[in-house]
Amino acid sequence: MSSHYEAPIRKPLVIGDKSYHDVTVDVAAPVEGKANKQWWIVFSIALAAFLWGVSCIIYTVSTGIGTWGLNKTVGWAWDITNFVWWVGIGHAGTLISAVLLLFRQRWRMAINRSAEAMTIFSVIQAGLFPIIHMGRPWLAYWVLPIPNQFGSLWVNFNSPLLWDVFAISTYLSVSLVFWWTGLLPDFAMLRDRAITPFTKRIYTILSFGWSGRVKDWQRFEEVSLVLAGLATPLVLSVHTIVSFDFATSVIPGWHTTIFPPYFVAGAVFSGFAMVNTLLIIMRKVSNLEAYITVQHIELMNIVIMITGSIVGVAYITELFVAWYSGVEYEQYAFLNRATGPYWWAYWSMMTCNVFSPQFMWFKKLRTSIMFSFIISIVVNIGMWFERFVIIVTSLHRDYLPSSWTMFSPTFVDIGIFIGTIGFFFVLFLLYARTFPVIAQAEVKTILKTSGEYYKKNREANKDSHHE
Amino acid sequence: MSSNKKYWKSVEELNENSSIVEALRNNEFVEEIPTDEFLGNKNALSDSSTTRRDFLKYVGFSTAAASLAACEGPVHKSIPYVIQPEQIIPGVADYYATSFFDGFDFANLLVKTREGRPIKIDNNTLAGAKFAANARAHASILSLYDSMRLKQPKIAGKSATWAEVDAKLKLSVADAKTKGKQVVLLTGTLASPSTEKLIAEFIAQNPNAKHVVYDAVSESPALDAFETVYGERALVDYDFSKANLIVSVGADFLGDWQGGSYNAGYSQGRIPKNGKMSRHYQFEANMTLSGAAADKRVAMTVAQQKLALVAIYNVITNSAASKGSNDAVVLKAAQQLKAAGSKGVLVSGIQDKNAQLLVLAINQALASEAFTTMGTRQIRKGSNEKVAQLVADMKAGTVHTLLMSGVNPVYTMPAALGFEAGLKKVTTSVAFTLKEDETASVTTIAAPVPHYLESWNDFMLTKGTYSLQQPTIRPLFDTKQFQDCLLSLLGNTASYYNYLQASSAGIIAGSSWNTVLHDGVYVGAAAGLSGGAVNYSAAAAAAVAGAEAVKGYELVLYTKTGLGDGQQANNPWLQELPDPITRVSWDNYLSVSRVDADKLGLQNNNVANGGLNGSYVNITVNGAAITNVPVIVQPGQAPGTVGLALGYGKKAALKEEMQVGVNAYALYQSFNNVQSVAIAKADGEHEFACVQSQKTLMGRGDIIKETTLEIFNTKDAKEWNEVPMVSLDHKEVEATKVDLWESFDRSVGHHFNLSIDLNACTGCGACVIACHAENNVPVVGKAEVRRSRDMHWLRIDRYYSSEDTFAQDDEKKEGFKGLFGDKGSLGGFGQMEKPADNPQVAFQPVMCQHCNHAPCETVCPVAATSHSRQGQNHMAYNRCVGTRYCANNCPYKVRRFNWFLYSQNSEFDFHMNDDLGRMVINPDVNVRSRGVMEKCSMCIQLTQATILKAKNEGRVIQDGEFQTACSKACSSGAMVFGDVNDKESKISALAADDRMYHLLEHVGTKPNVIYHVKVRNT
Repeated sequence: MSSHYEAPIRKPLVIGDKSYHDVTVDVAAPVEGKANKQWWIVFSIALAAFLWGVSCIIYTVSTGIGTWGLNKTVGWAWDITNFVWWVGIGHAGTLISAVLLLFRQRWRMAINRSAEAMTIFSVIQAGLFPIIHMGRPWLAYWVLPIPNQFGSLWVNFNSPLLWDVFAISTYLSVSLVFWWTGLLPDFAMLRDRAITPFTKRIYTILSFGWSGRVKDWQRFEEVSLVLAGLATPLVLSVHTIVSFDFATSVIPGWHTTIFPPYFVAGAVFSGFAMVNTLLIIMRKVSNLEAYITVQHIELMNIVIMITGSIVGVAYITELFVAWYSGVEYEQYAFLNRATGPYWWAYWSMMTCNVFSPQFMWFKKLRTSIMFSFIISIVVNIGMWFERFVIIVTSLHRDYLPSSWTMFSPTFVDIGIFIGTIGFFFVLFLLYARTFPVIAQAEVKTILKTSGEYYKKNREANKDSHHE
Repeated sequence: MSSNKKYWKSVEELNENSSIVEALRNNEFVEEIPTDEFLGNKNALSDSSTTRRDFLKYVGFSTAAASLAACEGPVHKSIPYVIQPEQIIPGVADYYATSFFDGFDFANLLVKTREGRPIKIDNNTLAGAKFAANARAHASILSLYDSMRLKQPKIAGKSATWAEVDAKLKLSVADAKTKGKQVVLLTGTLASPSTEKLIAEFIAQNPNAKHVVYDAVSESPALDAFETVYGERALVDYDFSKANLIVSVGADFLGDWQGGSYNAGYSQGRIPKNGKMSRHYQFEANMTLSGAAADKRVAMTVAQQKLALVAIYNVITNSAASKGSNDAVVLKAAQQLKAAGSKGVLVSGIQDKNAQLLVLAINQALASEAFTTMGTRQIRKGSNEKVAQLVADMKAGTVHTLLMSGVNPVYTMPAALGFEAGLKKVTTSVAFTLKEDETASVTTIAAPVPHYLESWNDFMLTKGTYSLQQPTIRPLFDTKQFQDCLLSLLGNTASYYNYLQASSAGIIAGSSWNTVLHDGVYVGAAAGLSGGAVNYSAAAAAAVAGAEAVKGYELVLYTKTGLGDGQQANNPWLQELPDPITRVSWDNYLSVSRVDADKLGLQNNNVANGGLNGSYVNITVNGAAITNVPVIVQPGQAPGTVGLALGYGKKAALKEEMQVGVNAYALYQSFNNVQSVAIAKADGEHEFACVQSQKTLMGRGDIIKETTLEIFNTKDAKEWNEVPMVSLDHKEVEATKVDLWESFDRSVGHHFNLSIDLNACTGCGACVIACHAENNVPVVGKAEVRRSRDMHWLRIDRYYSSEDTFAQDDEKKEGFKGLFGDKGSLGGFGQMEKPADNPQVAFQPVMCQHCNHAPCETVCPVAATSHSRQGQNHMAYNRCVGTRYCANNCPYKVRRFNWFLYSQNSEFDFHMNDDLGRMVINPDVNVRSRGVMEKCSMCIQLTQATILKAKNEGRVIQDGEFQTACSKACSSGAMVFGDVNDKESKISALAADDRMYHLLEHVGTKPNVIYHVKVRNT
């Protein structure tokens, strides 16, 4: 994009003396090089977890949902917890690439590719759960409004689950298109550098015949902007709709109008944490420290801190409204959350989501890579607990005390969750080895304005300009 | 008829001389077949070779083709009627009136059969049929299709024919006669005039024979007392509807006390009418159904109960000879009883002749209307003494031939009695039995008898009412009735059917066999008995007052609603029926008071998945020990007493899953239900299958609304049946009047409502089993129930109060101030989770509430659940994809998910897993597959059938015709079903009643199930 002047006070976004060619080489290196031992170890673990998850899913589908720990009172637990968790994680990608694009935040360029990849991979995980949690998943297509011969039987447009179907599928497709559009010039770069006919052929297909003409670039910019405009409302809508699953119900603890903004904030919160988790490792392993700098991590930490605080306010608002409502069922639901049999889940959530991000007020901590990594993991644990708390503790003690019971997961519940984590990392690790993990074409556009070398040069030579 | 038609093959045939016609006649194919083209060239053929690849292709193809051809769809044999029976129309149910008495339970029934299969038990509602089916009678239909039944006679464990059995029996009886030894007929109480006549004939022919009546659960003291006073061995048939004050000293008359079946009369008096309802005092040790229903329940040991009885006797008869209890509540009850006079009644379950004599004396002194000697109960006759004498005779070796029918003494008699040892000295022993049970497997002959639904019989359940039992299906197995065997022993060639018909002629004066068979009952005249001339009561009072209390803990043995005396232990419906009080299924257990549990270090706790665990104890009664008895800490259990149910711990002829619990009969020594027991804690924890883990109502008074009779009579309905208010446009309006939705006109057609009166419901569980049977509700087994996955469409919630009363619970909750401190809600709710030591109890049957604004309907993504114009909330199983969203969003938690495939799955080896057991399935209701949600349909198959029938007959549907399985089964009148658009109907009146409320009405669901505020007469 434009290479206008950037104030020297702004920190450089590309560290060191990088030329355009250096950027190309750095980004292409993981793809063109050979995988190291660590990659294989991590990949094997992820693959094993994935396969274990697959076998747990096969067991569930062939035997019945009874293999899970659910019961007559708690009809959803780990399944929908995992679903919402993964959807939430998927939020950061679009936020970074679309919203930050519209706001002209250039620091997004180093991280948007991977953030979007993460989005797509986590939405795939999320999408699994609504299907396998069905008692008869082979009939999952019945939730689609397709013409049929059942006397033309339509779906129930009142059902938030149906809205989910639309929201998630829209989100996945728009994200995928947006991601791929950004990938085109970078794939073309890999294609042009490819030395074996096979890789050349593959990247030729993937790059959709990108030629690098000016017209290509012009269309690229336009499409990016249009897609960013399309994707921005989706960032808000997806988790809003997911929250409707609960907010439109009549169960105390679910029936809450605060859910949409609270869920969106939580989703951004967990998404940024996951981006941090992934990129802190990737920048190291793939030698991308020059592009994904401490400043990037710091900025993401600030987002985590803010959204974490929003979530904290939401938690407290929920408690306040329960008290203020004067509805005894509502009051008991929240008392029970905090002090009932699942108090440990509630306080894990509180600790991880509300207290831990507050450390980010300290510059020293938010610029510490190790600390950021730990907090990013903690936040994601916390966000998993948030969904668990909302789903399970609301259901396990609702209106009629006679139906109150508890939930405890079986090995299948756990296996499927671990399986999706495995699947996610399988996809991400394959991505890291075959895709350009940084939007190098975009980074190149800011190299001259925000690159450390150029900034320093400009600063050093600013007097000579006048001469 | 032969045909001369000629069929033309072509136009050419018109021309006779055509060469083509000739050619066609000789050749099938007109054109030359070009075989030469591909077979003619011999060189090419010999040159070509089949390659390895081709060979593999051919092999592969032919193997695949052969195996495909071998595949065959499953063959379902369905055989059409060759000659259709006149009475059976496929798809139309037939009903047969019959009667049931198995020595323990009894009822007048209407059996629904479909295509010749009995599938459902209903109550016979004709006048005179006074005994409605309890849970066990409803479940007895499944025992007919029990795959563990004895299917052919066995002699010494080997299959035999009936001819062999008859021959052996004849020889044995003759042998006994020549040797001068005894032939004993050991039966349960028969209450059958024809069978008794037959036995009398047998004894007349064989003077060395005698008849001993043995009741597994003895009522001997009450019988002895009654016999002493009135000269007849019978029990009083109380009419509780006539009593304004009921005092029960240890009598669980809503349970199995003296046969039970008192619900209907009791509940009649419990529904407030004209400002009046009966008052009920209960003094008891175990928490029972009667105690749960009582207005005032006092927990006391049996020793204290005896003193209470003496105290009441003293007050009523103004005597002071023996010293009784001076408990204030007892004296208050006694004063009130005295004041009630003929409107009062006292009953007692103390197994002591003198105590029972006092009961008779008190009721005589009161001239109680509820106590009548007219139409006495004939359903218990057993004599403890005679049974003890028989066992002594057997041990002495004087019994040569022992014919047992309807009893299982090896299981039901304590080992200490020595029945099994005595049996070894009997030359020929025969067990006429349904199962190869504990007794049948050690007798010489195991003789299978038909189930009562395959048999003929008659009963005199109460004096003056005569009921017939008729078969509703041909015997499924090679069985023979005990009576038929007796007839052949007598050399009588007639069948029992003929014998019965002849013998009934003398009883059914003024009616005909066909009429009585059609009606099932015949009401004759019965005169009252006179008695009491002897002054027995003072001595009895002295004896009762002077009775020694047992040492250590008092063990009070009782029978549970599920299994009763244990005859139907292989019935999965009954095993899975949660006990109304503890809500534990699939087990019996030692119920211990909290005080004693603390003392002994016993506890109950819920584990991570909600399952209930309990400590184990070893218990010893007079040398007989049972190890590893699980413990339930029972609110309301009198400290110093423990309870244990009989009927469990059976092993013989039982599927493995049903072999649960411990056999408490081992402790039932001297047929006394109170024993001195030593309790020692044992290691380990028992895993219960309890369907309700939260015991108390948590001060949620709007779930079970209740009030006192005083407030009910004096205050406006708005005060005791408060409607929740909400703010609408800044005005307070009733929550039930606010509507988010547009309602459509419901005034056209039918609009069904189901009314449940919490005053009348006794928690008996008959409706739960009736629902099971009607709706093919699957049985899921102990492990699944433990995981809170019971499938009951209808459940009866039981709540305990946390304070002494529910009203105090509500007050306590209202009084919460802030989070912390003495009145803080944090600690307060924790306290409210614990039931009081002697709590109030409330029952609430809950099924799908069929909300007009159903939360489940809006959330289903595929519209599998939707609302009908008639008020029913439909569930389209075939459309359900199983998201469970509806169940989550149901405020009543009545939806049940098929977690697994419950039918034809060996993991769930209950009746739905075998062809025989599946015969009970109602063809009008589909069997749900795994992965779909199910729930109460308000028996839509029944309402639609009623509509269709009336339409065919071109008439208006009468009130009372619409029924659900539960409303039909409810003998206490608690459940009433009907069409509220019929303004004259009973349900319309109930829906407009002041006591009417909806469950959780503030949620705005507008249910079609209505409840009636519980009124306590305290």
